[in-house]
Amino acid sequence: MTTQASNAVDVQNMTVTFGRSRTLVRAVDGVSFTVAPGEIFGIIGESGSGKSTLGRAAVGMITPSGGEVRHGDVDPFALNRKALNVHRRKYQIIAQDPNAAFNPRMTILESVMEPMYIAGIGNRAERRARALEMLDTVALSPELSNRYPHELSGGQKQRANIARALVLDPEVLVCDEVVAALDVSIQADMLNLFWKLQQDFNLTYLFISHDLNVVSHISDRVAVMYFGKIMEIGPAEAVMNRPLHPYSEALRSAEPEIIADQAKARERIILQGEIPSALNPPSGCRFHTRCPRAADRCSTDEPVQRELVPGRFVACHFAEEMLARFAEGGAAMRRETVS
Amino acid sequence: MSVTEAQRPEVATGMSAGAGALLSVDGLKLDLRDESGWVRVLDDVSFQIRPRETLGVVGESGCGKSMTALSIMQLLPPRYARTEGRIQFGDRDLLTLSRRQMSRIRGRNISMIFQEPMSALDPVFTVGAQIVETVLCHFKVSRREAEERAIDALDSVGIAAPREIAQLYPMSLSGGMRQRVMIAMALVCEPELLIADEPTTALDVTIQAQIMDLLLKLSQQKGTAIMFITHNLALVSQNCDRMITMYGGQVIEGGPVADVLATPRHPYTTGLLHSVPEAGRARGTLNAIPGRVPSLRAMPPGCRFEPRCPHAAPVCRQPVGIEQTGDRQIRCHRWQELTQQQAVSQ
Repeated sequence: MTTQASNAVDVQNMTVTFGRSRTLVRAVDGVSFTVAPGEIFGIIGESGSGKSTLGRAAVGMITPSGGEVRHGDVDPFALNRKALNVHRRKYQIIAQDPNAAFNPRMTILESVMEPMYIAGIGNRAERRARALEMLDTVALSPELSNRYPHELSGGQKQRANIARALVLDPEVLVCDEVVAALDVSIQADMLNLFWKLQQDFNLTYLFISHDLNVVSHISDRVAVMYFGKIMEIGPAEAVMNRPLHPYSEALRSAEPEIIADQAKARERIILQGEIPSALNPPSGCRFHTRCPRAADRCSTDEPVQRELVPGRFVACHFAEEMLARFAEGGAAMRRETVS
Repeated sequence: MSVTEAQRPEVATGMSAGAGALLSVDGLKLDLRDESGWVRVLDDVSFQIRPRETLGVVGESGCGKSMTALSIMQLLPPRYARTEGRIQFGDRDLLTLSRRQMSRIRGRNISMIFQEPMSALDPVFTVGAQIVETVLCHFKVSRREAEERAIDALDSVGIAAPREIAQLYPMSLSGGMRQRVMIAMALVCEPELLIADEPTTALDVTIQAQIMDLLLKLSQQKGTAIMFITHNLALVSQNCDRMITMYGGQVIEGGPVADVLATPRHPYTTGLLHSVPEAGRARGTLNAIPGRVPSLRAMPPGCRFEPRCPHAAPVCRQPVGIEQTGDRQIRCHRWQELTQQQAVSQ
């Protein structure tokens, strides 16, 4: 990554907590990463891992309780309310459930015009023209613009949702489980659309999903989250094919793959147990209660995140051993991990 | 917790339906009624499930997967649902049974688990009580014996402290635990057939892997056949013996999983396969299937996939039946031609 000031999103040691004293939950706990302009940064994790909270805090929708967030040269949390609202136009979020995002009593066109109205941009005719232009960009046919949300299919609603995020001409989009509710053929269509929009508008994405296939398909780099912490960061292809954290490896292994020849099926790692209670996090490494490699020190010492190969950050005591397994392909890996 | 032969009703033994099938669905049609009248939801659905096998049923939302399951279970309200055809289970046609006869089979010989266990479990009873009730419905055993079977069932699905968990209400369990409870309840009577409708869709991948592993292990131990409904082709490829693909209320392709996935014959099956992004593969544009599933009230008169099919020809506007070749079924006018040109293979 390039110099700090030019990063679209720069998060350092960020913590987000909910509740207080006995019910204090650290949803995000000391997370650091940077996203360059025009980059697609994927965040993978299971439910409860803190990935949505991370996405929201990274664009300034939630105030972190610790650490630093920078958008280019701007610290969004140092801005006053009015300035923050203006700033936030550049940082939009698209949520999973388009049903919850639309007012059922407004037509699609009205909903897509609304952000511009709130931001005080243009007159009605201009807003209308801009909204129609964006609906066209996301390939939603114009005759649907006067329909109400319930008259549209899930995929169409999600397109309208994207159009609404685009009308303010954002730089960064947080896409939070945007294809999770869609059928595979529609999902493929939608991923193609996200891909195209990124290239046409040079957008920066924080692409959040529990679906490994989806995240790794679209992302340049990915972060694997578990229980509020980042376990591993690296180029998507490298993390998927040569994971350096046992949790990334287990996730990859649990993700079903289409194999026509069942004899070729891989040996699968099936993690035992479930994600622990957020009120009572495990000591040491948070993954040690489910980790197939866990040793004594894992329950006492928290592993430090370190850069093993240029561009690949891992927080695991056994990361070096994991890396050694890929040693034969080491030279090749060093070449491709520099992003 | 073994079930003696004497307790097994005759459905299991008297096997008359074609070629040793456990369940044989033949020309099933289903109409549902809403404000604007009757609409055909399933049209000429035929397939078989053999004893002990796992059949995957794939297709996108609205293709009729769940409606097929609910028709087999006779869980649709007769006022709003009309079925035709045959659903042969053992030596009986389920569509001709009375409600009482059907309720003896349901839960005992055929049971079902759903995508969202919370909506299938009763929030005001402990999970133990709900499993006990299932046992008492189907077996003449004491409550104490039923409780023991319930505990055993919870134990068999990998619940660590079954006695304690049995006393909890569904709301205090996680999604994965609820699904384990559902499986325990579905398998406590050792049915011949388990219908699993998207059982892992609401779960995280690591929990999904646990649940699939458990389902397969138990079905092998107890010799239960599974009808596994999912939109996830990868899960089918890893866990099923045979599969059928459904589209627009019809079965459009069927056969052994390895054959169908290696050499799909229907352009829709190929389209589905190409839509799935895969981790660690090259990035780029996915081959999405253009358009969307036509509405039930406006199904094309010919092949139902014709408006979206990249290989559509004039002949495709004629109705097309399902053709059986060897152990595979295919509903496509042009499949031989397309297979020869290798137009639809992977």
